[in-house]
Amino acid sequence: MPSAPSPVKIDRRRLIVASAAAGGALLVGCKPADLLSAGAPAEDFGAFGPFIRITPDGWVTVVNNHIEFGQGSHAGLAAIVAEELDADWDKVRLVQAPANAKVYGINGIQATGGSSAISTSWDVLRRAGAAARVMFLEAAAARFSVPDGELDVKDGIVSHAASGKQASFADLLADAAKLTPPPAPPLKHPKTYALIGTDRVRRKDSRDKTTGSARYTQDVRLPNMLTAMVAHAPKFGAKVAKVDDTAARQVPGVVDVFRIPTGVAVTAQNTWAARCGRDALKIDWDETKAETRSSDDLAADFRDVAANRGGQVKWQVFAQQGAGGPASGAFQATYDFPYLAHAAMEPMNCVAEIGGGKTKLTFGSQIPTMDQLNTALIVGTLPGSVEIETLYAGGSFGRRANFKSDYAAECVHIAKRVGGGRPVKLVWTREDDMAAGFYRPLVHHSVRVARGADGLPEGWGHRVVTQSIMKGSPMPSHGVDATAVEGVAGSPYLAATPNVTAELALMDVGVPVLWWRSVGATHTAFVMEHTIDQLARLAGKDPVDYRRALYAKAGAAGARHLAVLNLAAEKAPWGKPAEGFVQGVAVHESFGSVVAQIAEVKLVNGVPRVGRVVTAIDCGIAVAPDQVAAQMEGGTCFGLAAALYGKIDLKDGVVQQKNFDAYRVLRMNEAPQVETYILPSTHPPSGVGEPGTPVIAPAVANALLAMTGKATSSLPLVRT
Amino acid sequence: MALILSINGRQRTVDSPPDTPLLWVLRDELGLTGTKYGCGIAQCGACTVHLNGQAQRSCQAPIGSLAGVRITTIEGLGGAHPLQAAWVKRDVPQCGYCQSGQIMSAAALLARNPKPTDEDIDAAMNGNICRCGTYQRIRAAIKDAAGAGS
Repeated sequence: MPSAPSPVKIDRRRLIVASAAAGGALLVGCKPADLLSAGAPAEDFGAFGPFIRITPDGWVTVVNNHIEFGQGSHAGLAAIVAEELDADWDKVRLVQAPANAKVYGINGIQATGGSSAISTSWDVLRRAGAAARVMFLEAAAARFSVPDGELDVKDGIVSHAASGKQASFADLLADAAKLTPPPAPPLKHPKTYALIGTDRVRRKDSRDKTTGSARYTQDVRLPNMLTAMVAHAPKFGAKVAKVDDTAARQVPGVVDVFRIPTGVAVTAQNTWAARCGRDALKIDWDETKAETRSSDDLAADFRDVAANRGGQVKWQVFAQQGAGGPASGAFQATYDFPYLAHAAMEPMNCVAEIGGGKTKLTFGSQIPTMDQLNTALIVGTLPGSVEIETLYAGGSFGRRANFKSDYAAECVHIAKRVGGGRPVKLVWTREDDMAAGFYRPLVHHSVRVARGADGLPEGWGHRVVTQSIMKGSPMPSHGVDATAVEGVAGSPYLAATPNVTAELALMDVGVPVLWWRSVGATHTAFVMEHTIDQLARLAGKDPVDYRRALYAKAGAAGARHLAVLNLAAEKAPWGKPAEGFVQGVAVHESFGSVVAQIAEVKLVNGVPRVGRVVTAIDCGIAVAPDQVAAQMEGGTCFGLAAALYGKIDLKDGVVQQKNFDAYRVLRMNEAPQVETYILPSTHPPSGVGEPGTPVIAPAVANALLAMTGKATSSLPLVRT
Repeated sequence: MALILSINGRQRTVDSPPDTPLLWVLRDELGLTGTKYGCGIAQCGACTVHLNGQAQRSCQAPIGSLAGVRITTIEGLGGAHPLQAAWVKRDVPQCGYCQSGQIMSAAALLARNPKPTDEDIDAAMNGNICRCGTYQRIRAAIKDAAGAGS
């Protein structure tokens, strides 16, 4: 997702029709958050507001308005509250917030994405924690008959040094709860942090996730629950023409078979019966409106548009400086990137209960507000009345943040048909998940660079040809679709180049696309960083020195890049790889953070093997340093998997990779050893979940360039 | 036709047809949901359990073939296994979905090889995919647990 959620543009007409059908009020002229939370039950959040609950046993419960799907919000968000509250970290736990855009939304939308859970909650949770702390101070001051300025709070104990009096949050709870939270409590200076920024900040979910007791959507079991599977069209845009369900209905345990907008649903008593029933369906598909092109042909088309058919498409200029970029006659390179599946470990799934006065979803909801809205539109009710219980999700990497709530909406259609409030669990197989689209788009870049006498770029011409992620979304992009060009747009290298033209063409293809961990940076980081190494090589310069010169020339736009590059170069150290390895460097800013990596690479049977990866990051204040490191480790593996192997092909419109046998991902023996160094900072926190992903691919390609003299013009590196 | 399976030291009577994969019997019929579905074709390891002490993919084990076989799931590991302690100490999990399978593969490895080398760990753990990329912490936690057991 974009780093800051935009206000949602709602389809008011459809919503009003739906709410009128449900007997709702006419919702004209409301703010988005009011509209999207209309119908929500009134809630009493308790004395400390919607984000904090404190119980008589002294435990502090932080209400997490973001999903936990691996990124560590269950560590960092709790730590922000605990720091300002001076709570006992060992008596802090988290629960997931209910869906309520007005209370838990940011700009009217409750969502997790854009690596923004910490940054968007930073002020809200600090204030909530600080306000509760003031309430305990006041309660203690009254009890001890001392000025509250003489009191200290540590680990959930309020103490008065002069008199030796002390009381715990549990002791003071009844009195504190009678007070009103101050609207503008004093916040700590970062220099006084005792918890934030230390390795005491640990995940609160590790234990449940090592005993098998953590509850995911796949694990939901409810009385009288049906399990559903759906037969989907083999090509995007195809429709059901004819169904023969005779064999499916004979499978023991199958309950019903019926059509829904996305295919044919089979409901059954359990998962295996649903699967056997679904696989026994015989369906004729109407492919009249289906996308039937092959991805190789699409990629060739994108290349041709950039090179030869520029006059036939609309170009949106997203960067223009000086006399403009060169058209030809300079350094030229093109890059091709395939479709990528997210392939989260937990295939998409959802539980819905519809009817009998109930509209409830239970699942790993990444944008509860959109999931409420899409459900309301199907069911014919007010979005706020759609209850969502958010569970842990077994990964997402962007996949669960879907404007159309694709798989959740599918479950709602089935549960609506089943009716009576009977729980329905929709289960997608791995094959369903991988073939369902919503991929990282196919992308082509062409780059032309004119060089000055100093070897630095003097002119930069850049074309991007891809599909739009934001097209048709309720979060309108203002001007150019930033998700397609971020990372070229805003690059310090362009800031350091006098003459620039960068333009984008968006192509219509019937393959659904979506953000994929680090979004535009998945390709722009590669293009910019690998181009820079080729330019450095042409200039006869060391790649690190060449970058330093460009960052210096870029001024403020390159200052943070320079700092992380220097830190990584010092720690590696640059120029001294382990024996048998060659180093490659790359630096990229995304989601407000800048990451530099120096990767050590060697070839094993012709396949790149990455050893040590030194990572430096500037992410502002690192709330949970060990989780920053975890995200750098994980992001690097995610990016490396795509760099080495990631590719979804379509042949005549049919997805060719449907499971991990064909869609190869990283395994234990290929995992690098990532070392993370965090640049000290007093700036507010910026993103961590995604910025570690896009840097490794160009770092590896740059190492291969140094090793072999050959540049890389397309990913993945390994063709199987 | 009921079958009797030996799961986590208990005899469990199950009603599913004999060709049903153990994975779905554990999850749907017995409520042992710690064992996860990830791929269904023995490529990802999320469904790893122990069959007579060996790490096996439960998505590929029809229950009709398991009469008299000792089945152990993540729930049967007890929660205090040195690997589980090591996993918590290093905050290994991210999304956590694959970790039951990772731990079961690692537990079978340590049971037969208390001091595994990096190569032993690669060989034993290569069948378990983690999309979050927790591999380096898994490796470190296995070594911690191996050290603790000495």
